[in-house]
Amino acid sequence: MTEAAQFSDFRGIMVYLEHSDGKLERVSLELLGRARELAEVLGADVTGAILGHDVGNLAEEAVQFGADRVLVADASALEQYTTEAFCNVLADVVRARRPEILLLGATHDGRDLAGRLAVRLKTGLTAHAVQVDIEPATRLLICGVPAFGGSIIARCKCPRSRPQMATVRPGIFPVPTGDPLRRGVIEMVQANVGQVRTRVIERSVTTAADIARAEIVVIAGRGAATYFDSVRKFADSIGSAVGVTRPLADREFLSRDYQVGSTGVAIAPKLAIVLGASGAAHFVSGIREAETVISVNKDPEADITSNADYVVVDDLGRLLPALVSKSTQGVRDR
Amino acid sequence: MRIVVCMKVVPKTEDVRFDPQTKTLDRSGAESEINQPDKHAIELALQLRERHGGEVLLLAMGPSFFEPYLRLGIAMGADNAFLLSDKAFAGADTYPTSYTIASAIEKIGRFDLIICGEESSDASTGQVPPGVAEWLGIPQVTYVSQLSVDGDVVRAKRTVKGGYEIVEASFPLLVSVELGCNSPRFPDFRRKRWAEKELKLTVWSAADLGIDPLNIGSKGSHTIVEELVELPRPARRMLRVSGGVEDEAGLILQKIKEVSSRNEQS
Repeated sequence: MTEAAQFSDFRGIMVYLEHSDGKLERVSLELLGRARELAEVLGADVTGAILGHDVGNLAEEAVQFGADRVLVADASALEQYTTEAFCNVLADVVRARRPEILLLGATHDGRDLAGRLAVRLKTGLTAHAVQVDIEPATRLLICGVPAFGGSIIARCKCPRSRPQMATVRPGIFPVPTGDPLRRGVIEMVQANVGQVRTRVIERSVTTAADIARAEIVVIAGRGAATYFDSVRKFADSIGSAVGVTRPLADREFLSRDYQVGSTGVAIAPKLAIVLGASGAAHFVSGIREAETVISVNKDPEADITSNADYVVVDDLGRLLPALVSKSTQGVRDR
Repeated sequence: MRIVVCMKVVPKTEDVRFDPQTKTLDRSGAESEINQPDKHAIELALQLRERHGGEVLLLAMGPSFFEPYLRLGIAMGADNAFLLSDKAFAGADTYPTSYTIASAIEKIGRFDLIICGEESSDASTGQVPPGVAEWLGIPQVTYVSQLSVDGDVVRAKRTVKGGYEIVEASFPLLVSVELGCNSPRFPDFRRKRWAEKELKLTVWSAADLGIDPLNIGSKGSHTIVEELVELPRPARRMLRVSGGVEDEAGLILQKIKEVSSRNEQS
């Protein structure tokens, strides 16, 4: 039996729709948009899978953003994400519906879930995809995955098992325009939560500013650690977002949501102002899409120099006060 | 408390060169190191042993050149080390890798806690820890930044988007720890010498594990890398700004202004 025939009863693209606070996550919408485009190539449908409690209203939204069918698994035990409950329910859904492709957002929860689910379904999973395409001749999903600090992309596929699974990095695909007139089928499905051996006893989440979409980002590196308050003051005065490099995130100056680089967030601002960062490869890959980069470092030999459009070689202890005073001056003048 | 720490040896990212002709990675000039998050995993295990007693066992899958790095982990304070080494393991993606590691943990026998690093710096998938937990049928908590044990209860601080959650679980359990979650200790010099000279590592082959040969290595992999593509480095102008603090600040503010005014126009 050829592979194509063997898998002929696996059809369509399923998107796992993560949500919080009664809204679909942005990455869920991005995935619906991309899945819609791929579905055109395949001549197949897009199915959204929503797991949660009292989340029926999200299904309508998913249809508007590109789902042909939305499966809703509703149970009180799904109110909060736990690996086992979500894996058990989603595995049932996938086995029953047999999609050829299953996409999830590469969020903390999405990656936690996908890694376990792929083993349970005995299938292949590519992680953190930044490119998601179809090879028309074979109907195969081809995903581009960053490796070695993000400078190299590995193009991966999963020819011998289904569904072909991938987690997709948030912020790669645009959010499609929702169409309130779009029609789709909404279906409630069984939620057999099964055994759950972990318990979330506390959750503290703030709506982190989304630095991936900011116009201007001021980034503090190790050399800016002692001046972090001034960096903030400066960023506030110009109305920009603040990001940090890995060493500062490790030291909890800001949470991981603000860490720029291949192990954090990739940003694409019009202007990135990089203060006191050496320019390690994993960091530089995070500012690859910045239109203009200004670096400030007292070491003219630092790697950041060759990754900046404007290179300031000076001491932050002297430059920051000038920046703060000039920029607050600018605010007063307005 | 019996803790198994899974660790990997990776080439230093900055040492890996891409050969545009052959479209392959040249790791020959690359120095290797213990994957950084895995050092945090070892450190956490040692701290737990100091507090609660027990044993810390290191487990890695890879060629024999991994051995000195396992000895380094021993020198940090781990009690014993296991290396899974066999040509048949080569070319494994995360599916056979997690299967092989889980099989070895079953062979090791009783354990309370498995600690992994969140992901490796070379492939960066983070999929092996959840995969191992699934093969073993035990619960998992990923992206952990803090962990404490109080009697039967394990309490883990887990990073999520925009914050954290506190997750409670009991043994047996697998956790993966975040990069930067603690400060890994340096290897002890005398222990290092002992580990290099006298310690006998346990090396297991596929046959030793008695595992399904179709589920290991490249044969057991579900994903294939079709090609490697180098992302072109963005062309940066590298214009040196001079003229002292006032002029430097002036240039920076001017660039900010340019962006802001462009926005107002559009």
